[in-house]
Amino acid sequence: MMKKLIIGLFALLPSLTMAAGPSVPLMDANIDLKDNASLQRGAKLFMNYCLGCHQMQYQRYERTFRDIGIPTEIGQEQLIFDGSKVGSHIKNAIDKDDAAKWFGAAPPDLTLVARVRGTDWIYTYLKSFYKDESRPFGVNNVVFPSVGMPHVLQELQGLPTPITEEVEEHGHTVTKVVGTETDGSGEMSDDEYDRAARDLTNFLAYVGEPSRLESEAIGIKVIGFLVILFILAFMLKKEYWRDVH
Amino acid sequence: MSNAPVDNGRRRFLTIATSVVGGVGAAGAAVPFIASWNPSERAKSAGAPVEVDISKLEPGQLIRVEWRGKPVWVINRTPKMLEQMKEHEGQLRDPASEEPQQPESSTNEYRSQRPEIFVAVGICTHLGCSPSFLQGGFGEKVEGTDDGFFCPCHGSKFDMAGRVFQSVPAPLNLEIPPYTFLDDTTILVGEEKGVA
Amino acid sequence: MFGKIIGWIDDRIPMTRVWNMHIAQYPAPKNFNFWYFFGSLAMLVLVNQIVTGIWLTMNFVPSAEGAFASVEYIMRDVEYGWLLRYLHSTGASAFFIVVYLHMFRGMIYGSYQKPRELLWLFGMFIFLALMAEAFMGYLLPWGQMSFWGAQVIISLFGAIPVIGDDLTLWIRGDYVISGATLNRFFALHVIALPLVIVILVFLHIVALHEVGSNNPDGVEIKRKKGTVAEEDKPKFKFHEYYTNKKDIVDAIPFHPYYTVKDIVGVVGFLILFCWVVFFMPAMNGFFLEAPNFEAANPLKTPEHIFPVWYFTPFYAILRAIPDKLIGVIAMGASIVVLALLPWIDRGSVRSIRYRCGFHKLNIAQFVVTFVILGWVGATPQTDFKTLLSQITTVTYFMFFVLLFVYSKNEKTKPLPTRLTK
Repeated sequence: MMKKLIIGLFALLPSLTMAAGPSVPLMDANIDLKDNASLQRGAKLFMNYCLGCHQMQYQRYERTFRDIGIPTEIGQEQLIFDGSKVGSHIKNAIDKDDAAKWFGAAPPDLTLVARVRGTDWIYTYLKSFYKDESRPFGVNNVVFPSVGMPHVLQELQGLPTPITEEVEEHGHTVTKVVGTETDGSGEMSDDEYDRAARDLTNFLAYVGEPSRLESEAIGIKVIGFLVILFILAFMLKKEYWRDVH
Repeated sequence: MSNAPVDNGRRRFLTIATSVVGGVGAAGAAVPFIASWNPSERAKSAGAPVEVDISKLEPGQLIRVEWRGKPVWVINRTPKMLEQMKEHEGQLRDPASEEPQQPESSTNEYRSQRPEIFVAVGICTHLGCSPSFLQGGFGEKVEGTDDGFFCPCHGSKFDMAGRVFQSVPAPLNLEIPPYTFLDDTTILVGEEKGVA
Repeated sequence: MFGKIIGWIDDRIPMTRVWNMHIAQYPAPKNFNFWYFFGSLAMLVLVNQIVTGIWLTMNFVPSAEGAFASVEYIMRDVEYGWLLRYLHSTGASAFFIVVYLHMFRGMIYGSYQKPRELLWLFGMFIFLALMAEAFMGYLLPWGQMSFWGAQVIISLFGAIPVIGDDLTLWIRGDYVISGATLNRFFALHVIALPLVIVILVFLHIVALHEVGSNNPDGVEIKRKKGTVAEEDKPKFKFHEYYTNKKDIVDAIPFHPYYTVKDIVGVVGFLILFCWVVFFMPAMNGFFLEAPNFEAANPLKTPEHIFPVWYFTPFYAILRAIPDKLIGVIAMGASIVVLALLPWIDRGSVRSIRYRCGFHKLNIAQFVVTFVILGWVGATPQTDFKTLLSQITTVTYFMFFVLLFVYSKNEKTKPLPTRLTK
């Protein structure tokens, strides 16, 4: 009876997720860490559009290139823009105090952003910028209200317009932004931009935990080994316990 | 308690099988702990090859660069230094560089890729001190040779090709690191391009 | 040759005698079930924590400037550093899972009852030391949860009248949590508390072997000398230290019978453990909380802060009470009352198998209470949950009150004379 009770309680655990849900449902990032082509495109997007302000101060170029299948020389030529050595951390030269002045807060380091926010959040965030003249950079974000950064991928996506809905809240009717609609001014079609957002999210997920794939590859072997050991140990136990029963 | 006879053969087999497989598992579990002592990515990055600009290196001058935390000397040897090196070969332990203390490309009479430019790890092969460069003052130690290296720790002596003299504690010639001339005035210390 | 070496050693330290007394000829009840795996598993996890902890120390930098970066250095730059770290972080949670189940075993089979009161107390001290160890260890990665969790817990001491504020200042060594706090927690986490825990575990086992293990029937296997007929005595050889004082029934030597059985438990546990380590080390935010992947920032509190799951039941009791001092007292009392179980339970029948139906209900409600408290403590507060936590705080303490009342004149089932299987 007790065994069943305990097992039942453990089964409940995953339903008790901790993060408070954001006001809009997140889109499914649906990333694939094994897709090197996607990771490489993501790395390129990151170096071109994000690294100007956001660092990955704990991650090294060389390791990144090795893990996602970019030959060192090509990476050095095409993805390192500031002449850093290939063994250095992925950093920029932005001054933190200046940045804080420009954006209201220093742009956060993105090494671990996928572990802090989750990949679905990042994917949704990248797709949720919309035009809002009241903001300093002329844009706002559905999942990150009053966001302090410009829409850096605007040349790719264009400038989406908000989709609003009238919602009853505490007895008042308020207008809420529930989604966005692209305006067609970007270089990419909606599908292409989705892929770009997915690639970038995939790359951020990889950098968040670069050991993930290696861990799973080793893990499956370790567990296979333990199952064999378990069978042997179980037979050994049965054999000895014939003395007792 | 059953009265069935104990099957000792089966029992022994299972005990041994479980012990062996368990032992393999323990050895496997030790791997990450042992491997974690290897140089980390940071150490490897800090130990990456170093570029040295030798365009301003005067004849007779020595510059020190750091590679993998060790001092590496780059010296522009004068014709006189090269000349004198030939005269004391009889007093050296390994004048022909037979010991593998240098890459293939430096296994020659000057122990270098170019006769005048000498690159060596400035660490005594005895116990790891860094010898001093006695420019013009080496004659006191070895007659007829004006320049050389003298280790302050235990008195080992090396000539301008890093070759060790006899009857000093150091057993081997100074180590020559792998290096490449990227162009006429730039050396990459730590990696020899075109050599696996 | 081998015998000679053994003999040489035995002349100098009692190796063979200790091996026989405590392992090869130690009488253990023959009816241990699933619940009896958790003692050896706790030892296994302790060893894992000590070994991986030593290895983490080799690369960890205990300073406010360096701690967070050094953890990422371990995760990325050190070969297999990620594995060492996940083994340690998962081990911390595994330690509490195993210890909670171990304690629950003691509760359902009455293993705390006379003559095992001291054994239970040593166990409670281990539990306390373990909580301190886990709490201090959690500050070391210097993430947002590390920082703000420590901030909240240390502030609890501020509830103590008169000296509270000075005490929190003294614990922190600064006006906020700072590098000074980190360094002292590091010293305690890696040296002082592990030593204390190892010593307490040793005493726990010494006490266990003196009184002998309880078992799922709660019936003693050691009987008064001369009361057991020759044909009822087990065919195994036990150490004379035990047989001289008592007659023994239904026992088997710990080795090889329980060693081979515990190996099965250990490997089974490792399968689950490795599955978490290799495939889901963050365990959905329960073992590694998402905000802790952000470096500590004294100017910005994360949206929701919770202790790690193993503290949440007690944390929920703290939050249930709207008065700071009383809340702290209630939280302390919820642990102290566990330590007093041997005296709260006035019954003489140990095992749940032979106790009254009401006792079974009471234990069941206690389990449900504990889980609800854990859940409430781990999720954002709402009005409903505050009410729920207040109700469960009452039911938590009601368990002990009720037990004290009904155990005096409890209607129990007749005990078997021998162990059942």
